[in-house]
Amino acid sequence: MIIDLLTYIARFVLLILLQLLVVNNLELTTYINPFIYIIFILSLPVNMKPWIVLIVSFFTGLVMDSFYSTPGLHMGATIFMGYLRGFYLRIAANKEDFETSVSPSIADKGIVWFLVYALTLTLSHHLFLFFFEVYSFFEFFRTLLRITSSALFSVLLIVIGELLFFRKTKTR
Amino acid sequence: MRNLIYFLYKYYTFLLFFALEMFSVIILYRYNNYQKANFLNFTGGIASQFYETVNNTTNYFSLREINDSLLTENARLRGQLLNAYYQNGLAQTSINDTVYKQQYTYVAANVVNNSIMQRNNYITIDKGAAHGIKPDMGVIGSNGVVGIITSVSEHYSTIRSALNSNTKISCMFKKNNAFGSLEWNGDDPKFSMLKYVNKHVEVTMNDEIVTSNYSTLFPQGIPVGKVYSHLIEADDNFYNIKVELNTNFSTLKNVYVIVNFMKEEQLKVEATNKSDN
Repeated sequence: MIIDLLTYIARFVLLILLQLLVVNNLELTTYINPFIYIIFILSLPVNMKPWIVLIVSFFTGLVMDSFYSTPGLHMGATIFMGYLRGFYLRIAANKEDFETSVSPSIADKGIVWFLVYALTLTLSHHLFLFFFEVYSFFEFFRTLLRITSSALFSVLLIVIGELLFFRKTKTR
Repeated sequence: MRNLIYFLYKYYTFLLFFALEMFSVIILYRYNNYQKANFLNFTGGIASQFYETVNNTTNYFSLREINDSLLTENARLRGQLLNAYYQNGLAQTSINDTVYKQQYTYVAANVVNNSIMQRNNYITIDKGAAHGIKPDMGVIGSNGVVGIITSVSEHYSTIRSALNSNTKISCMFKKNNAFGSLEWNGDDPKFSMLKYVNKHVEVTMNDEIVTSNYSTLFPQGIPVGKVYSHLIEADDNFYNIKVELNTNFSTLKNVYVIVNFMKEEQLKVEATNKSDN
């Protein structure tokens, strides 16, 4: 239990450093702004209580907001995603997953399942984030383009991250 | 009562989600509209300290560029010194001049964090309230306009960069003082759009754009950029002007915060106008 907690804290710090020091400095174009720190919420165990997921999302967003100096923006997006995650898992995960503490990873659920899962939730996160960032529908299609291109790139990075760091299958 | 408790128990996840989401949207909304929430203070400036540590390390890799830009600026300023001019007159007596009263001073600061590819970009600098910086002050670089101060902590401030959907800077043409508003469309960090320039104004390529005298944030005539392209839609009254920005935001290291001593006075006079009508 304590080991689990320490692993999660270490993963959290590592992902934030990765986001701030590496991914933010990619600066490809204004249309590709990947956010990979959401991998932390994506990789929480399937059977974690929904309210804990919400609180974790809240704190993840709060930490990101203080680094981006955008109060409420990342917080709103991560809470939105954390809530949808519960819905998605209720439909897409089977009973066994809820009984054992499986985390939704490529190693445990397979590449196709994970791609659909990651893409759906990343899109929901980016949809909230980018629209609230612009705060208007004046640039609707440009924002939509920014959302899809950024989400695709985020998912690409997330999958690479999964393959690099989450290779070990959990023994049950 | 029991029903209420049952209801709360059944939907507690949704209720928690709703409460947290409302909370974040409310502080987001407040921050966007009034710039009052002092978020830097709220998070204890940890983020700024983190960025400064990172910046102290990465700065070593660009020392040459920083030196070059400071040298060119020094040379330009040296040219404006009094002893760079030939004294074309007899010895003058010094008098206490009441015609010229100092209106602006500048606080030099270093950029510790900067982004250019987001839709709303922010810059963090290493000077704050302790150095006399307050929210809503203008910020310029050695080449031109950079942005506007949004929040201030004791030793750090954040700047809403000109590359931000909420930043609008009052500008004019250097040649004929025609006004416009500089707004970024989120496309390319090298270019910005100049809006609301009336169609009877004559616009040509490479016209210089400077800050206007309407603004209380910037002194008149601070360079902003050059006209890159311009067109006018058939049934439109205003130009679509693309401006090539003078400031290179991707290599920004040194900036100056503008302190305007007469800002309160100007705003006070303008406020009396508003209450009239």
